[in-house]
Amino acid sequence: MRRVYLDHSATTPVCPEVAEEMYKYITGNYGNPTSVHYYGRQVRNAVEEAREKVAASIGANAKEIVFTSGGTESDNMAVHGIVYTNKNKGNHIITSAVEHHAVLNMVQALEKEGFDITVLPVDQYGMVNPEDVRNAITGNTILVSIMHANNEIGTIQPVEEISKITREHGIPFHIDAVQSFGKIPVNVDDLGADLLTISGHKVYAPKGIGALYVRKGTRWKQTLFHGGAQERLRRAGTENVPGIIAMGKACELAVADLQEESDHLRKLRDAVIEKVLNKIEHVRLTGHPAERIPGHASFCFEFIEGESMLLSLDMKGIAASSGSACTSGSLEPSHVLLATGIPHEVAHGSIRTSFGKDNTLDDVEYFVETMQSIVERLRSMSPIDQDFDSTCASCKEGKSCHA
Amino acid sequence: MYTEKVMDHFENPRNVGELSNADGIGQVGNPTCGDIMKIFIKVDGDGGERISDIKFKTFGCGAAIATSSMVTELVKGKTIDEALSISNKTVAEALDGLPPQKMHCSNLAADALHTAIKDYKDKKYAE
Ligand SMILES: Cc1ncc(COP(=O)(O)O)c(C=O)c1O
Ligand code: FES
Repeated sequence: MRRVYLDHSATTPVCPEVAEEMYKYITGNYGNPTSVHYYGRQVRNAVEEAREKVAASIGANAKEIVFTSGGTESDNMAVHGIVYTNKNKGNHIITSAVEHHAVLNMVQALEKEGFDITVLPVDQYGMVNPEDVRNAITGNTILVSIMHANNEIGTIQPVEEISKITREHGIPFHIDAVQSFGKIPVNVDDLGADLLTISGHKVYAPKGIGALYVRKGTRWKQTLFHGGAQERLRRAGTENVPGIIAMGKACELAVADLQEESDHLRKLRDAVIEKVLNKIEHVRLTGHPAERIPGHASFCFEFIEGESMLLSLDMKGIAASSGSACTSGSLEPSHVLLATGIPHEVAHGSIRTSFGKDNTLDDVEYFVETMQSIVERLRSMSPIDQDFDSTCASCKEGKSCHA
Repeated sequence: MYTEKVMDHFENPRNVGELSNADGIGQVGNPTCGDIMKIFIKVDGDGGERISDIKFKTFGCGAAIATSSMVTELVKGKTIDEALSISNKTVAEALDGLPPQKMHCSNLAADALHTAIKDYKDKKYAE
Protein backbone atom coordinates (compact mmCIF):
# COMPACT_ATOMS: atom_id res chain seq x y z
CA MET A 1 0.00 0.00 0.00
CA ARG A 2 1.13 3.52 -0.73
CA ARG A 3 2.03 5.25 2.55
CA VAL A 4 2.08 9.00 2.96
CA TYR A 5 3.15 10.54 6.25
CA LEU A 6 1.54 13.94 6.79
CA ASP A 7 2.02 14.26 10.54
CA HIS A 8 5.39 15.98 10.91
CA SER A 9 4.04 18.32 13.60
CA ALA A 10 3.56 15.22 15.75
CA THR A 11 7.01 13.86 15.03
CA THR A 12 9.54 13.43 12.23
CA PRO A 13 11.67 10.46 11.17
CA VAL A 14 15.33 10.55 12.21
CA CYS A 15 17.24 11.57 9.10
CA PRO A 16 20.16 9.34 7.96
CA GLU A 17 22.93 11.88 8.69
CA VAL A 18 21.64 12.29 12.24
CA ALA A 19 21.25 8.55 12.78
CA GLU A 20 24.78 7.93 11.55
CA GLU A 21 26.35 10.45 13.97
CA MET A 22 24.25 9.15 16.81
CA TYR A 23 25.06 5.51 16.13
CA LYS A 24 28.70 5.99 17.10
CA TYR A 25 27.59 7.10 20.54
CA ILE A 26 25.30 4.16 21.02
CA THR A 27 27.75 1.48 19.96
CA GLY A 28 31.30 2.79 20.39
CA ASN A 29 31.67 5.88 22.51
CA TYR A 30 29.78 4.90 25.58
CA GLY A 31 31.62 6.88 28.26
CA ASN A 32 29.90 9.02 30.85
CA PRO A 33 30.74 12.65 30.07
CA THR A 34 31.32 13.37 33.75
CA SER A 35 34.09 10.73 33.99
CA VAL A 36 37.69 11.92 34.13
CA HIS A 37 39.15 9.08 32.05
CA TYR A 38 39.63 8.79 28.32
CA TYR A 39 36.13 7.40 27.69
CA GLY A 40 34.51 10.25 29.55
CA ARG A 41 36.68 12.98 28.00
CA GLN A 42 36.02 11.74 24.50
CA VAL A 43 32.27 11.96 25.03
CA ARG A 44 32.48 15.26 26.92
CA ASN A 45 34.09 16.89 23.88
CA ALA A 46 31.38 15.59 21.58
CA VAL A 47 28.64 16.85 23.92
CA GLU A 48 30.20 20.31 24.00
CA GLU A 49 30.49 20.36 20.21
CA ALA A 50 26.82 19.47 19.96
CA ARG A 51 26.02 22.28 22.38
CA GLU A 52 27.92 24.72 20.12
CA LYS A 53 25.87 23.57 17.15
CA VAL A 54 22.56 23.94 18.95
CA ALA A 55 23.59 27.38 20.22
CA ALA A 56 24.70 28.51 16.76
CA SER A 57 21.40 27.40 15.23
CA ILE A 58 19.45 29.89 17.35
CA GLY A 59 22.05 32.65 17.59
CA ALA A 60 22.98 31.85 21.20
CA ASN A 61 26.14 31.17 23.16
CA ALA A 62 26.89 27.55 24.07
CA LYS A 63 26.82 28.39 27.79
CA GLU A 64 23.19 29.40 27.42
CA ILE A 65 22.05 25.93 26.29
CA VAL A 66 20.75 23.23 28.65
CA PHE A 67 19.99 19.79 27.25
CA THR A 68 16.69 18.32 28.39
CA SER A 69 14.48 15.34 27.60
CA GLY A 70 12.39 17.34 25.13
CA GLY A 71 9.93 20.14 24.64
CA THR A 72 7.79 19.27 27.63
CA GLU A 73 10.71 19.29 30.02
CA SER A 74 12.13 22.52 28.60
CA ASP A 75 8.74 24.24 28.90
CA ASN A 76 8.27 22.96 32.45
CA MET A 77 11.79 23.85 33.51
CA ALA A 78 11.57 27.33 31.99
CA VAL A 79 8.27 28.24 33.61
CA HIS A 80 8.80 26.59 36.98
CA GLY A 81 12.39 27.80 37.23
CA ILE A 82 11.56 31.45 36.53
CA VAL A 83 8.58 31.45 38.83
CA TYR A 84 10.37 29.82 41.76
CA THR A 85 13.48 31.94 41.37
CA ASN A 86 11.49 35.18 41.25
CA LYS A 87 8.64 34.51 43.63
CA ASN A 88 9.99 37.07 46.07
CA LYS A 89 9.32 39.68 43.35
CA GLY A 90 5.76 38.77 42.47
CA ASN A 91 3.33 35.95 41.76
CA HIS A 92 1.75 36.75 38.39
CA ILE A 93 2.24 34.74 35.17
CA ILE A 94 0.94 35.67 31.71
CA THR A 95 0.40 33.07 29.00
CA SER A 96 -2.06 32.42 26.17
CA ALA A 97 -5.07 30.19 25.62
CA VAL A 98 -3.40 28.33 22.73
CA GLU A 99 -0.20 27.18 24.43
CA HIS A 100 0.85 23.55 24.38
CA HIS A 101 -0.24 21.56 27.44
CA ALA A 102 3.41 21.49 28.54
CA VAL A 103 3.02 25.19 29.38
CA LEU A 104 -0.70 25.37 30.17
CA ASN A 105 -0.80 22.47 32.59
CA MET A 106 2.39 23.66 34.29
CA VAL A 107 0.87 27.09 34.77
CA GLN A 108 -2.36 25.56 36.04
CA ALA A 109 -0.41 23.52 38.58
CA LEU A 110 1.25 26.76 39.74
CA GLU A 111 -2.17 28.38 40.03
CA LYS A 112 -3.15 25.66 42.51
CA GLU A 113 -0.06 26.58 44.50
CA GLY A 114 -1.37 30.13 44.72
CA PHE A 115 0.21 31.93 41.76
CA ASP A 116 -1.92 34.37 39.76
CA ILE A 117 -2.44 33.38 36.16
CA THR A 118 -3.61 35.41 33.18
CA VAL A 119 -4.47 33.31 30.14
CA LEU A 120 -4.74 35.73 27.23
CA PRO A 121 -7.43 35.15 24.61
CA VAL A 122 -6.65 34.89 20.91
CA ASP A 123 -8.45 36.17 17.80
CA GLN A 124 -10.21 33.97 15.24
CA TYR A 125 -6.81 33.06 13.73
CA GLY A 126 -5.36 32.04 17.06
CA MET A 127 -3.23 35.18 17.33
CA VAL A 128 -2.38 36.91 20.61
CA ASN A 129 -2.67 40.70 20.58
CA PRO A 130 0.57 42.22 21.98
CA GLU A 131 -1.47 45.06 23.50
CA ASP A 132 -3.28 42.45 25.61
CA VAL A 133 0.10 41.43 27.00
CA ARG A 134 0.86 45.06 27.83
CA ASN A 135 -2.49 45.51 29.54
CA ALA A 136 -2.16 42.31 31.54
CA ILE A 137 1.21 43.23 33.05
CA THR A 138 1.07 44.25 36.69
CA GLY A 139 3.74 45.13 39.22
CA ASN A 140 3.60 41.47 40.24
CA THR A 141 4.23 39.90 36.83
CA ILE A 142 7.28 37.65 36.88
CA LEU A 143 6.92 35.70 33.61
CA VAL A 144 5.38 35.93 30.15
CA SER A 145 5.30 32.64 28.21
CA ILE A 146 3.95 32.69 24.65
CA MET A 147 4.66 30.15 21.92
CA HIS A 148 6.26 31.09 18.60
CA ALA A 149 4.09 28.87 16.40
CA ASN A 150 1.09 26.80 17.32
CA ASN A 151 1.19 23.03 16.82
CA GLU A 152 -2.50 22.60 16.02
CA ILE A 153 -3.27 25.57 13.78
CA GLY A 154 0.20 26.71 12.68
CA THR A 155 -0.32 30.37 13.58
CA ILE A 156 2.86 32.36 14.18
CA GLN A 157 2.61 34.72 17.15
CA PRO A 158 3.98 38.27 17.08
CA VAL A 159 6.67 37.36 19.62
CA GLU A 160 9.02 40.16 18.46
CA GLU A 161 6.42 42.74 19.42
CA ILE A 162 5.62 40.98 22.68
CA SER A 163 9.28 40.88 23.64
CA LYS A 164 9.57 44.67 23.18
CA ILE A 165 6.88 45.03 25.82
CA THR A 166 8.37 42.51 28.25
CA ARG A 167 11.76 44.22 27.85
CA GLU A 168 10.27 47.61 28.70
CA HIS A 169 9.02 46.11 31.94
CA GLY A 170 12.05 43.94 32.64
CA ILE A 171 9.95 40.75 32.73
CA PRO A 172 11.47 37.46 31.53
CA PHE A 173 9.91 36.15 28.32
CA HIS A 174 9.83 32.43 27.49
CA ILE A 175 9.09 31.33 23.92
CA ASP A 176 8.09 27.77 23.02
CA ALA A 177 9.68 27.45 19.58
CA VAL A 178 9.15 23.70 19.21
CA GLN A 179 7.03 24.07 16.08
CA SER A 180 8.77 27.03 14.45
CA PHE A 181 12.39 25.92 14.76
CA GLY A 182 13.66 24.44 11.51
CA LYS A 183 10.80 25.97 9.54
CA ILE A 184 11.27 29.70 9.97
CA PRO A 185 14.25 31.64 11.36
CA VAL A 186 14.50 31.33 15.14
CA ASN A 187 17.11 33.72 16.53
CA VAL A 188 16.95 34.45 20.23
CA ASP A 189 18.07 38.07 19.79
CA ASP A 190 15.74 38.84 16.88
CA LEU A 191 12.80 37.31 18.72
CA GLY A 192 13.78 38.85 22.05
CA ALA A 193 13.64 35.59 23.99
CA ASP A 194 15.01 35.29 27.51
CA LEU A 195 14.22 31.59 27.50
CA LEU A 196 13.41 29.46 24.48
CA THR A 197 12.35 25.83 24.09
CA ILE A 198 13.15 23.48 21.21
CA SER A 199 12.60 19.74 20.77
CA GLY A 200 14.65 17.27 18.74
CA HIS A 201 11.97 14.99 17.37
CA LYS A 202 10.27 17.75 15.40
CA VAL A 203 13.47 18.41 13.44
CA TYR A 204 14.62 14.92 12.42
CA ALA A 205 16.38 14.01 15.68
CA PRO A 206 14.97 11.24 17.91
CA LYS A 207 12.31 11.59 20.58
CA GLY A 208 13.37 12.34 24.14
CA ILE A 209 15.93 15.09 23.51
CA GLY A 210 15.41 18.83 23.64
CA ALA A 211 17.08 22.03 24.70
CA LEU A 212 16.30 25.06 26.76
CA TYR A 213 17.99 28.34 26.00
CA VAL A 214 18.43 30.64 28.99
CA ARG A 215 19.82 34.11 28.22
CA LYS A 216 22.92 35.01 30.20
CA GLY A 217 21.94 37.09 33.21
CA THR A 218 18.38 35.80 33.45
CA ARG A 219 17.25 35.15 37.02
CA TRP A 220 16.47 31.48 36.46
CA LYS A 221 17.42 28.36 38.35
CA GLN A 222 16.61 24.78 37.61
CA THR A 223 14.02 23.90 40.24
CA LEU A 224 12.54 20.55 39.20
CA PHE A 225 15.41 18.04 39.24
CA HIS A 226 17.40 17.20 42.32
CA GLY A 227 20.49 15.15 41.70
CA GLY A 228 23.96 15.37 40.24
CA ALA A 229 25.77 18.47 39.02
CA GLN A 230 25.36 17.81 35.30
CA GLU A 231 24.74 20.64 32.82
CA ARG A 232 26.47 23.06 35.19
CA LEU A 233 23.84 22.45 37.86
CA ARG A 234 21.05 23.19 35.45
CA ARG A 235 19.82 19.65 34.78
CA ALA A 236 20.64 16.78 37.08
CA GLY A 237 20.94 13.32 35.57
CA THR A 238 23.47 11.61 33.30
CA GLU A 239 23.31 13.20 29.88
CA ASN A 240 21.44 11.51 27.04
CA VAL A 241 24.62 11.45 24.99
CA PRO A 242 23.33 9.83 21.79
CA GLY A 243 20.34 12.20 21.89
CA ILE A 244 22.57 15.22 22.43
CA ILE A 245 24.82 14.24 19.52
CA ALA A 246 21.72 13.77 17.34
CA MET A 247 20.30 17.10 18.44
CA GLY A 248 23.55 18.86 17.53
CA LYS A 249 23.58 17.36 14.07
CA ALA A 250 19.86 17.97 13.50
CA CYS A 251 20.17 21.64 14.50
CA GLU A 252 23.17 22.08 12.23
CA LEU A 253 21.22 20.62 9.32
CA ALA A 254 18.07 22.56 10.19
CA VAL A 255 19.80 25.92 9.72
CA ALA A 256 21.88 24.81 6.73
CA ASP A 257 18.73 23.65 4.91
CA LEU A 258 16.33 26.25 6.27
CA GLN A 259 15.73 28.27 3.10
CA GLU A 260 15.35 25.24 0.89
CA GLU A 261 13.24 23.37 3.41
CA SER A 262 10.85 26.21 4.09
CA ASP A 263 10.41 26.97 0.35
CA HIS A 264 9.59 23.32 -0.23
CA LEU A 265 7.16 23.14 2.70
CA ARG A 266 5.49 26.42 1.76
CA LYS A 267 4.85 25.13 -1.74
CA LEU A 268 3.18 21.96 -0.39
CA ARG A 269 1.19 23.87 2.21
CA ASP A 270 -0.12 26.41 -0.29
CA ALA A 271 -1.04 23.64 -2.73
CA VAL A 272 -2.95 21.59 -0.17
CA ILE A 273 -4.84 24.62 1.17
CA GLU A 274 -5.76 25.79 -2.30
CA LYS A 275 -6.94 22.37 -3.44
CA VAL A 276 -8.87 21.43 -0.30
CA LEU A 277 -10.72 24.75 -0.18
CA ASN A 278 -11.52 24.63 -3.90
CA LYS A 279 -12.49 21.02 -4.25
CA ILE A 280 -14.38 20.33 -1.04
CA GLU A 281 -17.40 22.26 0.20
CA HIS A 282 -18.07 23.34 3.78
CA VAL A 283 -14.44 23.33 4.85
CA ARG A 284 -12.66 26.00 6.80
CA LEU A 285 -8.99 26.61 7.23
CA THR A 286 -8.07 26.84 10.90
CA GLY A 287 -5.35 29.20 12.05
CA HIS A 288 -3.96 32.19 10.21
CA PRO A 289 -4.22 32.17 6.39
CA ALA A 290 -0.80 33.82 5.90
CA GLU A 291 1.04 33.99 9.23
CA ARG A 292 1.44 30.26 9.60
CA ILE A 293 4.41 27.90 9.56
CA PRO A 294 5.35 26.40 6.21
CA GLY A 295 4.24 22.81 5.88
CA HIS A 296 1.23 23.19 8.19
CA ALA A 297 -2.34 23.10 6.90
CA SER A 298 -5.25 22.50 9.26
CA PHE A 299 -8.93 22.39 8.47
CA CYS A 300 -12.39 21.71 9.82
CA PHE A 301 -14.59 19.63 7.56
CA GLU A 302 -18.13 20.35 8.64
CA PHE A 303 -20.79 17.71 9.44
CA ILE A 304 -18.28 14.89 9.95
CA GLU A 305 -15.94 13.83 12.73
CA GLY A 306 -12.13 13.79 12.86
CA GLU A 307 -11.43 10.31 14.17
CA SER A 308 -13.57 8.70 11.49
CA MET A 309 -11.65 10.73 8.89
CA LEU A 310 -8.31 9.66 10.39
CA LEU A 311 -9.34 5.99 10.31
CA SER A 312 -10.46 6.35 6.71
CA LEU A 313 -7.22 8.10 5.74
CA ASP A 314 -5.19 5.43 7.53
CA MET A 315 -6.96 2.74 5.50
CA LYS A 316 -5.58 4.53 2.42
CA GLY A 317 -2.10 4.75 3.93
CA ILE A 318 -2.28 8.43 4.88
CA ALA A 319 -1.22 9.59 8.37
CA ALA A 320 -2.67 12.86 9.67
CA SER A 321 -4.07 14.10 12.98
CA SER A 322 -7.14 15.75 14.51
CA GLY A 323 -8.22 17.92 17.42
CA SER A 324 -11.66 16.30 17.61
CA ALA A 325 -13.13 15.40 21.00
CA CYS A 326 -13.32 11.76 19.94
CA THR A 327 -9.53 11.58 19.46
CA SER A 328 -8.50 13.45 22.56
CA GLY A 329 -8.65 10.88 25.32
CA SER A 330 -10.23 13.52 27.53
CA LEU A 331 -13.20 13.59 25.11
CA GLU A 332 -12.87 17.36 25.02
CA PRO A 333 -12.19 19.05 21.70
CA SER A 334 -8.89 20.86 21.26
CA HIS A 335 -8.56 23.89 23.55
CA VAL A 336 -6.80 25.66 20.69
CA LEU A 337 -9.70 25.32 18.24
CA LEU A 338 -12.21 26.39 20.90
CA ALA A 339 -10.03 29.40 21.79
CA THR A 340 -10.31 30.63 18.19
CA GLY A 341 -14.09 30.67 18.60
CA ILE A 342 -14.82 27.57 16.53
CA PRO A 343 -18.01 25.90 17.82
CA HIS A 344 -17.75 22.48 19.42
CA GLU A 345 -19.46 20.66 16.55
CA VAL A 346 -17.19 22.23 13.93
CA ALA A 347 -14.07 21.46 15.97
CA HIS A 348 -15.29 17.88 15.74
CA GLY A 349 -14.31 17.86 12.05
CA SER A 350 -10.72 18.95 12.57
CA ILE A 351 -7.92 17.51 10.45
CA ARG A 352 -4.29 18.64 10.50
CA THR A 353 -1.76 17.88 7.80
CA SER A 354 1.88 18.72 8.41
CA PHE A 355 4.44 18.13 5.69
CA GLY A 356 8.12 17.26 5.81
CA LYS A 357 11.28 16.94 3.73
CA ASP A 358 10.23 13.79 1.93
CA ASN A 359 6.73 14.85 0.89
CA THR A 360 5.97 15.82 -2.69
CA LEU A 361 3.24 17.59 -4.64
CA ASP A 362 2.13 14.11 -5.61
CA ASP A 363 1.41 13.40 -1.93
CA VAL A 364 -0.73 16.54 -1.81
CA GLU A 365 -2.64 15.32 -4.83
CA TYR A 366 -3.15 11.87 -3.28
CA PHE A 367 -4.32 13.37 0.01
CA VAL A 368 -6.83 15.71 -1.63
CA GLU A 369 -8.22 13.01 -3.90
CA THR A 370 -8.56 10.57 -1.01
CA MET A 371 -10.06 13.22 1.23
CA GLN A 372 -12.70 14.07 -1.37
CA SER A 373 -14.08 10.55 -1.37
CA ILE A 374 -13.80 10.18 2.42
CA VAL A 375 -15.72 13.38 2.99
CA GLU A 376 -18.36 12.32 0.54
CA ARG A 377 -18.78 8.91 2.16
CA LEU A 378 -18.89 10.17 5.74
CA ARG A 379 -21.25 13.02 4.87
CA SER A 380 -23.62 10.57 3.25
CA MET A 381 -23.73 8.79 6.63
CA SER A 382 -24.10 11.93 8.71
CA PRO A 383 -27.47 13.10 10.05
CA ILE A 384 -26.38 16.71 9.90
CA ASP A 385 -25.88 19.15 7.04
CA GLN A 386 -26.13 22.91 6.55
CA ASP A 387 -29.89 22.77 7.21
CA PHE A 388 -29.55 20.79 10.41
CA ASP A 389 -31.43 22.18 13.39
CA SER A 390 -28.68 22.18 15.96
CA THR A 391 -30.76 23.74 18.68
CA CYS A 392 -31.07 21.64 21.79
CA ALA A 393 -34.82 21.16 21.33
CA SER A 394 -34.20 18.68 18.49
CA CYS A 395 -31.85 16.55 20.52
CA LYS A 396 -32.80 14.29 23.41
CA GLU A 397 -29.69 14.88 25.40
CA GLY A 398 -29.10 18.38 24.17
CA LYS A 399 -29.34 19.95 27.60
CA SER A 400 -26.33 18.17 28.97
CA CYS A 401 -24.19 18.37 25.85
CA HIS A 402 -21.66 21.03 24.96
CA ALA A 403 -23.84 23.07 22.62
CA MET B 1 -7.01 -0.09 19.00
CA TYR B 2 -10.26 -1.32 17.39
CA THR B 3 -11.20 -4.96 16.80
CA GLU B 4 -11.56 -6.35 13.31
CA LYS B 5 -15.33 -6.36 13.71
CA VAL B 6 -15.39 -2.68 14.59
CA MET B 7 -13.26 -1.88 11.56
CA ASP B 8 -15.46 -4.05 9.34
CA HIS B 9 -18.61 -2.23 10.47
CA PHE B 10 -16.84 1.11 10.07
CA GLU B 11 -15.66 0.28 6.57
CA ASN B 12 -18.83 -1.47 5.43
CA PRO B 13 -21.59 -0.11 7.61
CA ARG B 14 -24.91 -1.98 7.36
CA ASN B 15 -28.21 -0.16 6.96
CA VAL B 16 -26.97 3.38 6.41
CA GLY B 17 -29.56 5.90 5.35
CA GLU B 18 -33.02 7.12 6.17
CA LEU B 19 -36.54 5.66 5.95
CA SER B 20 -38.97 8.14 4.46
CA ASN B 21 -41.97 6.22 5.87
CA ALA B 22 -40.46 5.43 9.27
CA ASP B 23 -42.78 4.44 12.11
CA GLY B 24 -40.31 5.67 14.70
CA ILE B 25 -37.31 8.00 14.70
CA GLY B 26 -34.79 8.36 17.49
CA GLN B 27 -32.17 11.05 17.57
CA VAL B 28 -29.70 11.34 20.41
CA GLY B 29 -26.69 13.47 21.08
CA ASN B 30 -23.73 12.18 22.99
CA PRO B 31 -23.22 14.38 26.01
CA THR B 32 -19.69 13.10 26.52
CA CYS B 33 -18.15 13.99 23.20
CA GLY B 34 -20.84 15.77 21.19
CA ASP B 35 -21.72 13.15 18.59
CA ILE B 36 -25.18 12.68 17.08
CA MET B 37 -26.97 9.53 16.01
CA LYS B 38 -30.33 9.10 14.30
CA ILE B 39 -32.17 5.78 13.91
CA PHE B 40 -35.25 5.13 11.73
CA ILE B 41 -37.43 2.05 12.25
CA LYS B 42 -40.24 0.48 10.27
CA VAL B 43 -42.48 -1.77 12.36
CA ASP B 44 -44.51 -4.58 10.88
CA GLY B 45 -47.68 -5.10 12.95
CA ASP B 46 -48.79 -8.53 11.70
CA GLY B 47 -48.11 -11.46 14.03
CA GLY B 48 -46.48 -9.41 16.79
CA GLU B 49 -44.59 -6.19 16.36
CA ARG B 50 -41.39 -6.73 14.44
CA ILE B 51 -38.75 -4.25 13.28
CA SER B 52 -38.95 -5.01 9.58
CA ASP B 53 -36.55 -2.31 8.47
CA ILE B 54 -34.04 -0.05 10.17
CA LYS B 55 -31.59 2.63 9.02
CA PHE B 56 -29.15 4.93 10.74
CA LYS B 57 -27.19 8.13 10.26
CA THR B 58 -24.31 9.04 12.53
CA PHE B 59 -22.07 12.05 13.08
CA GLY B 60 -19.28 10.61 15.16
CA CYS B 61 -16.14 8.60 15.60
CA GLY B 62 -15.30 5.20 14.16
CA ALA B 63 -16.79 3.47 17.21
CA ALA B 64 -19.99 5.50 16.93
CA ILE B 65 -20.42 4.47 13.31
CA ALA B 66 -19.60 0.82 14.04
CA THR B 67 -21.96 0.62 17.02
CA SER B 68 -24.79 2.20 15.00
CA SER B 69 -24.24 -0.29 12.23
CA MET B 70 -24.09 -3.20 14.68
CA VAL B 71 -27.24 -2.19 16.53
CA THR B 72 -29.19 -2.06 13.26
CA GLU B 73 -27.94 -5.50 12.35
CA LEU B 74 -28.82 -6.89 15.80
CA VAL B 75 -32.42 -5.72 15.78
CA LYS B 76 -33.45 -6.10 12.16
CA GLY B 77 -36.27 -8.67 12.08
CA LYS B 78 -36.54 -8.78 15.89
CA THR B 79 -39.67 -8.06 17.90
CA ILE B 80 -39.99 -4.78 19.76
CA ASP B 81 -39.54 -6.59 23.07
CA GLU B 82 -36.40 -8.31 21.85
CA ALA B 83 -35.09 -5.00 20.58
CA LEU B 84 -35.76 -3.33 23.91
CA SER B 85 -33.60 -5.89 25.66
CA ILE B 86 -30.54 -4.74 23.67
CA SER B 87 -28.23 -2.65 25.78
CA ASN B 88 -24.98 -0.85 25.08
CA LYS B 89 -23.21 -3.88 26.53
CA THR B 90 -24.86 -6.19 23.98
CA VAL B 91 -23.67 -3.91 21.18
CA ALA B 92 -20.12 -3.64 22.48
CA GLU B 93 -19.90 -7.41 22.98
CA ALA B 94 -21.19 -8.10 19.49
CA LEU B 95 -18.27 -6.01 18.20
CA ASP B 96 -15.79 -8.09 20.25
CA GLY B 97 -15.37 -5.18 22.63
CA LEU B 98 -14.54 -1.49 22.49
CA PRO B 99 -11.60 0.40 24.00
CA PRO B 100 -12.57 1.68 27.49
CA GLN B 101 -12.63 5.35 26.46
CA LYS B 102 -15.01 4.40 23.63
CA MET B 103 -17.62 2.55 25.68
CA HIS B 104 -19.80 5.67 25.81
CA CYS B 105 -20.19 5.51 22.02
CA SER B 106 -22.18 2.29 22.40
CA ASN B 107 -24.57 4.09 24.77
CA LEU B 108 -25.39 6.31 21.85
CA ALA B 109 -26.43 3.38 19.68
CA ALA B 110 -28.60 1.71 22.32
CA ASP B 111 -30.13 5.07 23.28
CA ALA B 112 -30.98 5.96 19.70
CA LEU B 113 -32.66 2.58 19.22
CA HIS B 114 -34.69 2.89 22.42
CA THR B 115 -35.66 6.46 21.55
CA ALA B 116 -36.88 5.31 18.12
CA ILE B 117 -38.98 2.57 19.73
CA LYS B 118 -40.41 5.04 22.22
CA ASP B 119 -41.26 7.38 19.35
CA TYR B 120 -43.04 4.52 17.57
CA LYS B 121 -45.04 3.63 20.71
CA ASP B 122 -45.92 7.25 21.45
CA LYS B 123 -47.27 7.66 17.95
CA LYS B 124 -49.11 4.37 18.00
CA TYR B 125 -50.85 4.90 21.33
CA ALA B 126 -51.65 8.50 20.46
CA GLU B 127 -53.80 7.23 17.59
C1 LIG C 1 4.41 23.62 20.72
C2 LIG C 1 4.90 22.39 21.42
N1 LIG C 1 5.47 22.51 22.62
C3 LIG C 1 5.93 21.42 23.29
C4 LIG C 1 5.84 20.15 22.76
C5 LIG C 1 6.32 18.98 23.55
O1 LIG C 1 7.51 18.49 23.04
P1 LIG C 1 8.01 17.01 23.41
O2 LIG C 1 7.14 16.09 22.65
O3 LIG C 1 9.43 16.99 22.93
O4 LIG C 1 7.89 16.86 24.88
C6 LIG C 1 5.26 20.00 21.50
C7 LIG C 1 5.13 18.65 20.90
O5 LIG C 1 4.06 18.16 20.60
C8 LIG C 1 4.77 21.14 20.81
O6 LIG C 1 4.19 21.03 19.63
S1 FES D 1 -18.91 8.99 19.64
FE1 FES D 1 -17.34 10.46 20.06
S2 FES D 1 -15.82 9.24 20.86
FE2 FES D 1 -17.17 7.87 19.94
